[in-house]
Amino acid sequence: MEMLVPILAAAVRSGTPILYATLGEILTERSGILNLGLEGLMLVGAFTGFSVASGTGNAWLGIAAAFLSGCLLALVHAFLCITGRANQVVSGLALTMFGTGLSSLLGRGFIGETILGIGGMTIPLLSEIPVLGPTFFDQDPLVYLSYGLAVFLTWFLWSTRAGLALRAVGDAPRVVDAMGLSSTRLRYLYTVIGGGIVAVGGAYMSVVYTKMWGDLMTAGRGWIAVALVIFAIWHPLRAVGGAYLFGGVGALQLRIQAAGTSIPAPLLLMLPYVFTIFVLFVISVRKGKGILLGAPASLGQPYHREERD
Amino acid sequence: MAAEIPPLVFMRGITKRFLGVKANDAIDFDVRPGEVHTLLGENGAGKSTLMNVLCGLYKPDGGEIEIEGELRRFRTPRDAIAAGIGMVHQHFMLVPAQTVWENMVLGLDALPQVLPRKDIVRRIEEISERYALRVDPLAPVWQLSIGEQQRVAILKALYRQARILVLDEPTAVLIPQEIQSLFATIRQMRGEGHGIVFISHKLDEVLAVSDRISILRKGKKIGTFAAVGVTKEKLAEMMVGRQVFFNGAPPTTERGPVFLAVRDLVVRGERGNIAVQGVSLELRQKEIFGLAGVAGNGQLELCEAMVGLRGSESGDVLVQGREMGNASPRAFLDRGVAYIPEDRKGTGLVPSMNIRENVVLRKYWKKPFARGRWFIDWEVAAGHTGRLVERFGVITPGLGIPIRALSGGNLQKLMLARELSDNPKAIIAVQPTWGLDVGATEYVRERLLEQRDRGAAVFLVSEDLEELLALSDRLAVIHQGRIMGITKNPRALSEEDLGLLMAGTSLEDVLRGREERGDAPLPGPLRDPGTFFAGDGAAQKKAFRAEGGEGRTPWA
Ligand SMILES: Nc1ncnc2c1ncn2[C@@H]1O[C@H](COP(=O)(O)OP(=O)(O)OP(=O)(O)O)[C@@H](O)[C@H]1O
Ligand SMILES: [Mg+2]
Repeated sequence: MEMLVPILAAAVRSGTPILYATLGEILTERSGILNLGLEGLMLVGAFTGFSVASGTGNAWLGIAAAFLSGCLLALVHAFLCITGRANQVVSGLALTMFGTGLSSLLGRGFIGETILGIGGMTIPLLSEIPVLGPTFFDQDPLVYLSYGLAVFLTWFLWSTRAGLALRAVGDAPRVVDAMGLSSTRLRYLYTVIGGGIVAVGGAYMSVVYTKMWGDLMTAGRGWIAVALVIFAIWHPLRAVGGAYLFGGVGALQLRIQAAGTSIPAPLLLMLPYVFTIFVLFVISVRKGKGILLGAPASLGQPYHREERD
Repeated sequence: MAAEIPPLVFMRGITKRFLGVKANDAIDFDVRPGEVHTLLGENGAGKSTLMNVLCGLYKPDGGEIEIEGELRRFRTPRDAIAAGIGMVHQHFMLVPAQTVWENMVLGLDALPQVLPRKDIVRRIEEISERYALRVDPLAPVWQLSIGEQQRVAILKALYRQARILVLDEPTAVLIPQEIQSLFATIRQMRGEGHGIVFISHKLDEVLAVSDRISILRKGKKIGTFAAVGVTKEKLAEMMVGRQVFFNGAPPTTERGPVFLAVRDLVVRGERGNIAVQGVSLELRQKEIFGLAGVAGNGQLELCEAMVGLRGSESGDVLVQGREMGNASPRAFLDRGVAYIPEDRKGTGLVPSMNIRENVVLRKYWKKPFARGRWFIDWEVAAGHTGRLVERFGVITPGLGIPIRALSGGNLQKLMLARELSDNPKAIIAVQPTWGLDVGATEYVRERLLEQRDRGAAVFLVSEDLEELLALSDRLAVIHQGRIMGITKNPRALSEEDLGLLMAGTSLEDVLRGREERGDAPLPGPLRDPGTFFAGDGAAQKKAFRAEGGEGRTPWA
């Protein structure tokens, strides 16, 4: 058991950026907007977080700046998809390409630089629980924040008035509109906030996890998060489990490599992605109906008040 | 009259265009405090459009709205709600994935941010009891039948206590008792000074509840009349522009052989519950077999099992004596079973596909539509579709337009055209006239009778008792997945009797009630197979024998 602890702790840490991205996307998709630009948002977040942290010397300022950068990019997506009624898949892919390119371009000067970033923070008492303690409570503040965020979002979605409206607008924007709430405003709001949370996931990579900037450093985590949203059936708490599972596969892969095996490294690197496909396959075969029910019914469809559906 | 009191609502010269079509053409419409003002008109006349303008969903191209004498401009539904307008929409404004209580409170600003779920549920149970509209606050809406959803939609509007209440076809799927209690509610609100706009295609209801009636035809207002002294025939004529006949159909005298039989069928519903609990019945050719029941009592699941869309737990469906097991829908289709489902735009037709595509959907793999193994001969398809559209009088700008643009009546005509075009041997029709105007209703009923006379076995599932009593040769009532009884003489029963049976009152109690009211007693129900008999297996068997049923009973 003790042997497992480092792997479990690593699973949580490497799962955290994915968790932020997944939670952000759940928020966005719950409002009926599909944002496939996660990879781009994360990269821009990672770059913004790193450069601001490095420039100001304040890592938390970096995280906040990353959040804002994500909001800004998501706002572009929201404008194209909600006001412009553009195809959401196309707009999202464009966002990924844009974010990837932009972060590469601006990040050139930062390669090789390191920052202090945000360090660890052990929680007294809780961290002394065997196995669970060192796994979950000997981490950094952003990990704790992500626990809080997942719990908060769950409570928000199912216990508050605003959460009710958010779930409704993803399912039936026409109904929300007829009930006197603005579907457009709700969709803008959650697309923008969701984008900000996704970007924090990227910033976690550069400001907390590695404390440096690397080109394309998110390495497909944004895409894994897109799959994880489905895996979680749009539920924040299930996203936690999913993110750590994927984080664990990534951590395991590193350890297998380090232990020195004859398996070629590229095959091991493929592991998280193969696992993603496998999991998606299993859940859609096992409970196809459940997925249909969990998915926001109007996901990806623009809404216009005077048009018939 | 009292010119000092301004009307609650005054819509002046409302014009609304859609793609060049004038859905509303300079319409004047007003509602006074304490009155029920009914809007009447054929499918597509523009009733819903006018009311959608009033509730802020559609922006009018011309005209203005005054609320209590004050000029208002509704930019969003929120403005209209703030002005005291509440609407029960024709296509229910409900979120399918959410529960009833969640739907009831969506958009209510008065509630605290953290929703007090227990209080809300209690309050819903209260008003549901007060208005005698039964709902389960905790059930998700997608699991509810259309009738149940209608009740939720009405309660939702009542919950909000609007000054002006618009009811767009609220009664189409309610049983008589529920309609009566809705009317009682409407009258009570009228007494309290609310203004009510009522829309319905059922003229008896319109006459029963209205103070004034306005008639729309093709987007224009024909006129506004006081409801007293108007007859149903007159209204229909003004609406359609020709005479409409309301006569019931004479029952057939000769019945054909059994075509489709259902034996001890048990079917699960969407929630995994047992929706059909051991139903046995038989459809004979040359007869219309009616099935009455409040939506959500298993009739949908029964029908789906009868056409192969839903597997059964036990029991069997037999087509011409052959057990179908859990055969595919196409196996049923190939044996001549046609299906007219209740949701035209879901199970029935594909909204985004055009008329031609929707028509060939049912047989594109067969000659003459199939060209070789892989292709469809679109020219043949277009020719066939063109002929059907003409024969069934579907009004459409073209064969290439997506069918979501068609009005309700035309959709149903297209549905019938497709299902009836190759002379099916059995027709399973669920709520075939739901939402249709008098003209289209008459049309659909005539087609069903025509099919019966041609020799088809017609299974008519409906909540419209007037329709069931007018068309059925035999009639069964279903309640909670069980057949309450089958009668060979539907016209001996009143709509009230049927309503009671549909609500689950036992046959004995209904008969006792008839005696107490002093109605003509029905002949001993179990002795005389010609009248109503209880639905348990033994009695059915006995009655079947007494009817001279050949050999083995189908559900033995
Ligand atoms: N959102 C829309 N987009 C395009 N056309 C529309 C729209 N809403 C209504 N129409 C058209 O306007 C006309 C009037 O439709 P409306 O729904 O008001 O009729 P209705 O009187 O309510 O009919 P029904 O009895 O079938 O409900 C129809 O020709 C319809 O196709
Ligand atoms: Mg209408």
